[in-house]
Amino acid sequence: HQQYIGKVKKAVFQTQKAGRKRVVVSTEENAIAALDLRHGEIFWRLILGVNDAIDEIDIALGKYVVTLSSGGSVLRAWNLPDGQMIWESFLLGSKPSRSLLLTPTNFGANKDNVILVYSNGCLHAVSSIDGDILWKKDLAQNGMDVQHLVHPEESDTIYTLGIGDTQFEAYVISVRNGEVLKHSNMEFPGGFSGDLLLPTSDKAVVLDSSGSTLVSISFVGGEIKFQKFQISDLQGYSGVAVLLPSKLAGMVAVKIDRSLLFAKVKAEGTLEVVDTVPGVEAVSDSLTFADGQTAFGLIQQDGGKIQLTVKSSNDWKSHFLKESIEVDQQRGLVHKIFINNYVRTDRTYGFRALIVMEDHSLLLLQQGAVVWNREDALASIIDVTTSELPVQKDGVSVAKVEHNLFEWLKGHLLKLKATLMIATPDDVAAVLQIRLQSAEKSKMTRDHNGFRKLLIVLTRAGKLFALHTGDGRIVWSRLLTTFRKSGTCESPRGLKLYQWQVPHHHALDENPSVLVVGTCGHNSDASGILSFVDAYKGEELNYLAPTRSIAQVIPLPFTDSTEQRLHLIIDAEGYGHLYPRTPEAVDIFQKELGNIYWYSVDINNNLLKGHVVKKNCKEEIADDGYCFESSDLWSVVFPSDSEKIIATSTRILSEVVHTQAKVNADQDVLYKYISKNVLFLATVTPKAMGNIGSVTPDDSWLYVYLVDTITGRVLLRMSHHGCQGPVHAVFSENWVVYHYFNLRAHRYEMSVVEIYDQSRADNKDVLKLVLGKHNLSAPVSSYARPEVMTKSQSYFFSHSVKAVAVTSTAKGITSKQLLIGTIGDQVLALDKRFLDPRRTLNPTQAEKEEGIIPLTDTLPIMPQAYVTHALKVEGLRSIITIPAKLESTTLVFAHGVDLFFTRLAPSKTYDSLTDDFNYALLLLTIVALVIAIFVTWIWSEKKELQEKWR
Amino acid sequence: MAVRAIFLLQFFLSTIFSGKVDGYTVTGRVRIPGFSLKGSGYSAKASNVKVILNGGQIVTFLRPNGYFSFHNVSAGTHLIEVTAIGYFFSPVRVDVSARNPGMVQAALTENRRSLIELVLEPLSEEQYYELKEPVTIMSLVKSPIGMMFGFMLFVMFVMPKLAENVDPEEIKRTQEEIMRGQGSLSSLLPGAQSSN
Repeated sequence: HQQYIGKVKKAVFQTQKAGRKRVVVSTEENAIAALDLRHGEIFWRLILGVNDAIDEIDIALGKYVVTLSSGGSVLRAWNLPDGQMIWESFLLGSKPSRSLLLTPTNFGANKDNVILVYSNGCLHAVSSIDGDILWKKDLAQNGMDVQHLVHPEESDTIYTLGIGDTQFEAYVISVRNGEVLKHSNMEFPGGFSGDLLLPTSDKAVVLDSSGSTLVSISFVGGEIKFQKFQISDLQGYSGVAVLLPSKLAGMVAVKIDRSLLFAKVKAEGTLEVVDTVPGVEAVSDSLTFADGQTAFGLIQQDGGKIQLTVKSSNDWKSHFLKESIEVDQQRGLVHKIFINNYVRTDRTYGFRALIVMEDHSLLLLQQGAVVWNREDALASIIDVTTSELPVQKDGVSVAKVEHNLFEWLKGHLLKLKATLMIATPDDVAAVLQIRLQSAEKSKMTRDHNGFRKLLIVLTRAGKLFALHTGDGRIVWSRLLTTFRKSGTCESPRGLKLYQWQVPHHHALDENPSVLVVGTCGHNSDASGILSFVDAYKGEELNYLAPTRSIAQVIPLPFTDSTEQRLHLIIDAEGYGHLYPRTPEAVDIFQKELGNIYWYSVDINNNLLKGHVVKKNCKEEIADDGYCFESSDLWSVVFPSDSEKIIATSTRILSEVVHTQAKVNADQDVLYKYISKNVLFLATVTPKAMGNIGSVTPDDSWLYVYLVDTITGRVLLRMSHHGCQGPVHAVFSENWVVYHYFNLRAHRYEMSVVEIYDQSRADNKDVLKLVLGKHNLSAPVSSYARPEVMTKSQSYFFSHSVKAVAVTSTAKGITSKQLLIGTIGDQVLALDKRFLDPRRTLNPTQAEKEEGIIPLTDTLPIMPQAYVTHALKVEGLRSIITIPAKLESTTLVFAHGVDLFFTRLAPSKTYDSLTDDFNYALLLLTIVALVIAIFVTWIWSEKKELQEKWR
Repeated sequence: MAVRAIFLLQFFLSTIFSGKVDGYTVTGRVRIPGFSLKGSGYSAKASNVKVILNGGQIVTFLRPNGYFSFHNVSAGTHLIEVTAIGYFFSPVRVDVSARNPGMVQAALTENRRSLIELVLEPLSEEQYYELKEPVTIMSLVKSPIGMMFGFMLFVMFVMPKLAENVDPEEIKRTQEEIMRGQGSLSSLLPGAQSSN
């Protein structure tokens, strides 16, 4: 279990008091967290709802953290020491606008507890003590875009500044009652572009629409004055100038190409260029510290070297700090910087800087070194795959692993003491210590049971991590170069991870590798990115970017001579492209041409289509020989006025099914319909697309389908009246379990559907078997249209669900458990036996023996069945199960903002001894037995002797 | 006796007429008296309690006095869930009436109890860890090792005693019988001997 927070958006330091120094951050994962400045640990953390993005964060009264979220409509105050919510206010407005938060430090006469919020076109004054709205002023008329709230020191008024298309507006508003004291505006002929900057409390700076002139605006007392300043006049500058949004005291920073131009705003409103600094990556806001000095930090970066400069804004020549720090190349560029000061022991000022890197990690720099770092990219995992660890080369004996036999014995003796409850607390601590550091768990080699693996995770930052399953440490991490922003690829994002090469037979010396698939944009026709990464070393072996668009990636069941798996990548136009690009791969593929089917789900058009790969592309599309054309086989169209596709689910390709037959209590055999090509699909009536409460039960229908993706045949269509989504489904073996909301009962429900093959049902006849008239040996074909029989049953389930998964084991013998990620961010393991359509109210004795549970209307939730126990996987998104080599055990990885990994044994560990099996007790018993044998032997000898003497 | 938590959920409704947004505010209260969790190692802070509307549409937190509110809720039937580590809360069905604002009806979905009285019956506490059974003499004896030990002791001490009870003459006779290969196994047993 590991806790993360996500990419930091804003940070506020709280270091005034002598106690614990902390920094409060808001992140892109909608988390608010207080971090320890010394070690980077989380003091407290809160994850807001998914659509409750945090806009602003600040500290009020020195003890509350104030956050503005949900597009400026929710203002909350949190207690700084423990994160308890103090109050919450809902701010209504007339139209969406940008959100601004101002927590003035001193309002003179007992007014120092007002928070000013501008959101949704209205200005609100909120009491910071209890969150009451003191007054509200609608400023939304005449299309002004309010960009700043200014509170001049020691006054009772605030300025609200905004720009329209061509004009600048200023309101002077009384803080006491919200009265507009003065409203002034002035046209600017050129028009403005970009944001307004506020270097001092009485002057604003903005770029004009041509981007070549800086305009400084003075607005003291509501009198507006413009002063222009041509940037283009400066020698040798071309390109587009951009005003940096950093708040610098008395200065503005203009970014031209890669250099940063600093201009000082003078008292009379003129601008004066102070300096140009090349290669600046990030500039902090300015920081005011004791005796009115202000400083700001800027970062210049050259490869893995970061230069941090803290400059005084009053005097450009001097700087407080100039440090050069080595940072891991894999962290990429610096995205944000926040600075803070502290008083050194010799009464001088020191500075620390919190920097946010391209890979979403958070670093604290102090005294020229990285004090701590947090890998917060792991809060936004997109996809996960696993890789086996390298095989152990030399045999290592038990003694070597456990250091020596004596310590090993001692450890077990301590364990024995613990089981016999005679252990002292010291001993218990020692036992725990031994368990924790048992080197076996975190070794970098493959183990016999297949518990140790590498989890390879792709994060939203485009960084790939390999996590060790033993202790969750990061084995390697790599910021993929192809997933970094570049000219050809505007907004790269990762999509999926595939196992590219899994050597096991004849390519054992090769390292396994993974294929990372991504796209450059958000449209379906954006060009794709392919990257091949070594799973042991984390090196990027090869990449192809940008390639054709990627609509779908199909891992084919073929591998070439080096165990590279063939992948067919379907582009937006429906052409398939074969990877790897070797003649050998084409040879393998050509043989199977015409046998490769795929399907596509078009949610917008309510269309389900089946395709077959037919022949090579025509010359004009691609002449490389790796391109294949496909043709449509079938399509299922759902009437868009009555049905909307909301969820699909298929079986996991790698799933293993142990047996096809299911024997009933009455010695009857049912044949499971096992096909990899069945798709579960759920649709609802369009009215039921919204949230719960927006539709009446009568207007809401949920339909579920089982579709054969080769022939397009609909195996099952079932309707649930009065039900709606969201639907979470999981497909395994021959059953589907799905979760949805029942509006009539107003509860969540889970349903199970099992499919059985009827065409083979008559195989039960022994006579036929003997006579050889059975069709057991007949080849199973995807083209056949076997008769199927479905059984289904529904149950109530108390919680909302975020994710559903099913355990998977190596051979599929072990019974299955459903893993349900509940709304409370916990993972519940529910035995599949509870979701068995053959459950009846009063099972017969025979059925009971078979393990059928009497039917209940609700699925039981046993607290002990939570695999996360008392932990929470905050912001849970997905649950992944990986089979271990040991049949009884499955590995479970749940990720969201937090990561959670555990081993599960759905039917208990029947094939191995438990971890805490006491070898010492066994040894002791054996020793005692041996002694007893000797004693009795001697005894009997003696007795015999006596007997003989008699 | 374990302290059982009592959850009180109280619902109020107030309507916001100002602005163009015609939403309602649902205010309620979660009360968990005596956040005292004995022996459960998790911190049950009020800040860890989340109140969720409609499976994640709005997520809110508790104030120190246990009150929470959802703003801008449309009229209709909604579902409120409370998540708190260590407690099981039943989802609550809330009907927000459009016709007569100010009316709100709430009912537990688990047992269909209506919450007109604004008082909710105690729901269960959750114990996530199975209690480790204390080691007793019986459990030791019952374990395979214990049984091995027990049998060994039985052989060591009880068997000789049993053998002593038997007349040496009879042993001799039995031995002879065995020698002759006619002795049955049952005749070796002392019980069988005594019945002769």
